[in-house]
Amino acid sequence: MSTTILLLTLIFPLVGTLINGFWGKHLSKKVSGTIATLAIAASFVTSCLFFAYIQDGEPVKVVLFEWMKFNYFSIDFGFYFDQLAALWLMFITGIGTLIHLYSTSYMSHDENFSKFFTYLNFFVFFMLILVTGSNLAMMFIGWEGVGLCSYLLIGFWYKNQDYNNAAKKAFIMNRIGDLGFLVGIFVTGYLFHTLDFIELKEQSFLAPTLGIATMAFFIAATGKSAQLPLYTWLPDAMAGPTPVSALIHAATMVTAGIFMITRLNFLFDLTPDVQHIIAIIGAVTSLVAATIALVQNDIKKVLAYSTVSQLGLMFLALGLGAYEVAVFHVITHAFFKACLFLGSGSVIHAVGGEQDMRHMGGLKKHMKITYATFFISTLAISGFPPLSGFFSKDEILLTAFHHNTVLWVVASLASILTAFYMFRLLFLTFSNKFRGTEEQEHHLHESPSAMTMPLIILAVLAAVGGLISIPGSSWLNEFLKPVIKNSATLHHHELGTTEYLLMGLAVVGALIGLMVAYFKYIKNKQVPVNDNNVSGLQKLFANKYYLDEIYMLIIVNPLNFFGSFFKKQIDGLINGVVLSFGRVPSELSYQGKKAQNGNIGLYLFAFVIGVCGLLYYLFMCY
Amino acid sequence: MNCIIILLIYVLGAVATLASNSKNAAKIALVTSLINAVIALVLTGEYLNGNDISFTQQWISNPNISLSFVVDGLSLTMLLLTTLLLPIIILASFNTLYSKANQLYSLVLFMAFAMAGTFLAQDGLVYYIFWELALLPIFFIGLLWGSDEWKVRKRVMVTFFMYTFAGSLFMLAAFAYLYTLTGSFAWSDLSKAVLSTKEANYIFLAFFLAYGIKIPVFPFHTWQANTYEKSPTIGTMLLSGIMLKMGVYSILRWQMPIAGNVSENILKTVIIFCIIGIIYASLIALRSNNLKRLLAYSSMAHVGLVAAGAYVGNSTGYQGAIIQMVGHGFVMVGLFYLADIISKRYDTYEIKEMGGIRSQAPKFTTFFLIILFASIGLPGTFGFIGEFTLLFALSEKELLYAVFAGTSIILGAYYMLKMFQNAVLGSTQNKVFAEVTTKEYFVLAVICVVLIGLGIYPKLLTDLFIQ
Repeated sequence: MSTTILLLTLIFPLVGTLINGFWGKHLSKKVSGTIATLAIAASFVTSCLFFAYIQDGEPVKVVLFEWMKFNYFSIDFGFYFDQLAALWLMFITGIGTLIHLYSTSYMSHDENFSKFFTYLNFFVFFMLILVTGSNLAMMFIGWEGVGLCSYLLIGFWYKNQDYNNAAKKAFIMNRIGDLGFLVGIFVTGYLFHTLDFIELKEQSFLAPTLGIATMAFFIAATGKSAQLPLYTWLPDAMAGPTPVSALIHAATMVTAGIFMITRLNFLFDLTPDVQHIIAIIGAVTSLVAATIALVQNDIKKVLAYSTVSQLGLMFLALGLGAYEVAVFHVITHAFFKACLFLGSGSVIHAVGGEQDMRHMGGLKKHMKITYATFFISTLAISGFPPLSGFFSKDEILLTAFHHNTVLWVVASLASILTAFYMFRLLFLTFSNKFRGTEEQEHHLHESPSAMTMPLIILAVLAAVGGLISIPGSSWLNEFLKPVIKNSATLHHHELGTTEYLLMGLAVVGALIGLMVAYFKYIKNKQVPVNDNNVSGLQKLFANKYYLDEIYMLIIVNPLNFFGSFFKKQIDGLINGVVLSFGRVPSELSYQGKKAQNGNIGLYLFAFVIGVCGLLYYLFMCY
Repeated sequence: MNCIIILLIYVLGAVATLASNSKNAAKIALVTSLINAVIALVLTGEYLNGNDISFTQQWISNPNISLSFVVDGLSLTMLLLTTLLLPIIILASFNTLYSKANQLYSLVLFMAFAMAGTFLAQDGLVYYIFWELALLPIFFIGLLWGSDEWKVRKRVMVTFFMYTFAGSLFMLAAFAYLYTLTGSFAWSDLSKAVLSTKEANYIFLAFFLAYGIKIPVFPFHTWQANTYEKSPTIGTMLLSGIMLKMGVYSILRWQMPIAGNVSENILKTVIIFCIIGIIYASLIALRSNNLKRLLAYSSMAHVGLVAAGAYVGNSTGYQGAIIQMVGHGFVMVGLFYLADIISKRYDTYEIKEMGGIRSQAPKFTTFFLIILFASIGLPGTFGFIGEFTLLFALSEKELLYAVFAGTSIILGAYYMLKMFQNAVLGSTQNKVFAEVTTKEYFVLAVICVVLIGLGIYPKLLTDLFIQ
């Protein structure tokens, strides 16, 4: 496979960035948006070529030059195109193209239109570097680069300082994880004298400090993929325009942590203790986020917590060593969650910027396409057969059941809650009567085709995406075989009675969630009350377990306190000491000056003492 | 060609500038600095071709002092930093109309002469003379052209002068003692001197007083923020961009090679103080309301990491310190220039009186973003190469050092983004902020190209000192 074509995959988005970055203001919106969309579409074409090639071809490594050099190893500026990268390339560029297309319409009234597409192209560029980097340092370029673009896009409407706060919070919390990434790199480099993935895979061995490295990498993943305890930035990140939420904060960037752990599966396999921690954190996160999603009234916030919850399920799979299963859920999730976010954008568009579901309702008859695609994706995420989410979620639950019943119970509970809050969202938004103002009602309309077309394509994918890994004959597992050293998935692919029973249970669970939501919001036409009027558990959920407040109390406030303390007290104290050193000579000279008082008697006295001293010295020493 | 020509041209330029009138002074200074930048690049080419560009001439036979200027990868990199940054600094100062400009620019060139001499001198005493010579011009620049009342300014600048001067005297004492051992001030002899651990400890600490104050390392830093704040922007740029590198350079050139077998406990203590300084300065930066002071503390935090890496004493730390000295030089000059541009338009350095810039000046904002993210070490910028290498060096010594020092990448992002949000973002407050002029665009673009170019292809520079 020609390396030029592979590199073009990365170059197209960069060219798009530069064109819009330098000349975007002089281009019409139509041209600007088209260039950006075409850049990603071109990238998608080359990705498809590579995807076709890799079906039975060998992975390709491209080294451009030596980037950094240390005395016992060096780091290449290079790329590695293999099966794992191929999967991510496909859905980043594929979904990326759809979301760019969608954005040309969604953002059409924005004054900084070309800037938006500059950032969006730039994001895709870094995301592609992240998944194709040939070593850990290259991956880190992409890792921080997507963080930068995420920062720029969350705070895209920069005149609102609340949005800027959300952007800043996202970047800083990710940086906590990034420090983990760096520590992981340092330990790995120190142990194996390489950061190259191929060499690491060949050379990896168990060392006492390897657990520190994998744990550090996992901390990095909790930042980027929004897991406990670092997830709180993701719901705030919904401040960004909705296509950004769909692309960055649902389909692609937040899956980087899962990509990284899958990439390093051979290291994680060596440290089972860390794997246990990953599984537990994943399961707990999925349940915690699902409970918070139950009581959110902002349509995007529900989806954000749902993303955190689904990512938790993926980490559960990773922790159990079932890397293919996690990757499977990444892909199906990318389809249905992108569709849901874009759908919510279509809704927000229709109701004039309103995001509170309590002021929606009855949109079904005004927006048929949006409703239909949203409905399909809701079925998919809730795990109804034969839609994609059913297969991927079921495999996670099955794997969990075979390893640990408690984890299975937690994950199943999270899944049932998912079905409930997703149908709650669906019913509140689309069913019953419209609850907004009359003026809004007057304007209700279906979105233009640039927005509905991506919705339709994504809904189809959300429906049939499960085909890539049907239990028993999984194309995906075969495809990923060269990437994953030891697979925990393969041995229980025989489907017995237990498996069918578990599947049935999962579907019944999803049905219960659906039914509860139906009775509450369609039969009884309930509308959620104000957050201030809830109590008990609901209040805990509505306040997100007070995690933000706790962080404020134990981290942010102390930092500020010590900052002020150092600035006012300690710096003053040190300066005082320094200045007092400076005063010593002047004090001495002041005292010395007193002796020079013109009293001849005193001078004579000093003279005599001095001569005596000299004589004494001469006589005694010689 | 010979490296001494750079020194001669700076002196000639300083004289010519002084003799000219105020109107032409800046231009003469700029031309001088540009000539030297070109010469430095030519010298680099000759050095890479293996030509000898050193200069050695016996000066005084007793005591044995020679005018010896030797070029190796380390000193050549520092020379490049000085000669390439100086035209940028001078061009950046065109925004300000200084009174008695001929005197000011003459002092600037004289300071460049002294700093270049410090980086080139291979004779301890000649090095010391250049080291102290560099202090005089910056003292007068701050004193005569600085801001605030004369009384306040005088107190700040005198404190700065006396403090750094006092620290340097210990270094002189160390050289005197070494002379009694070896009968020479030459670097080649001193670095071969065999010292007992006790001797090495004293020599190390004497050097540390000089360098720790100059860099500055916690708790010797209290002169810094005041001096940066009161100095005119051109002085602040010279101080943070080049002068404080004299300290780190000297660690690598003199302190570690000569007193390398200092006791492990002293070395550890010094490294720990460097790391404390990183966190300490970051937290103060977080609470700083004045942009110049915030940048001063951020500079201190970054240089603390550089010093820590230099004191690790292995090859990774050595190269990391050199890389980050260059990166930090360009970043600091860029940041102080941005601050200067804002203060020219809004007439304030108080962050809370700024804001609303982005909607009025998108180009300025983009430059700000690039330099800001280079300063917090985003991969793809040169700042990352330096921070990565330095933290890696610390982790080779002790993983926990890297973890604690690494908190700077979190705190750095925190205070810089907070500052950016308040200074640049937000809605317009009925204040007019003009977009960058052509001259400003040019200066900022050069800085950004250097930071991104070297971030992607660092070998362009690092080949000079990494074999």
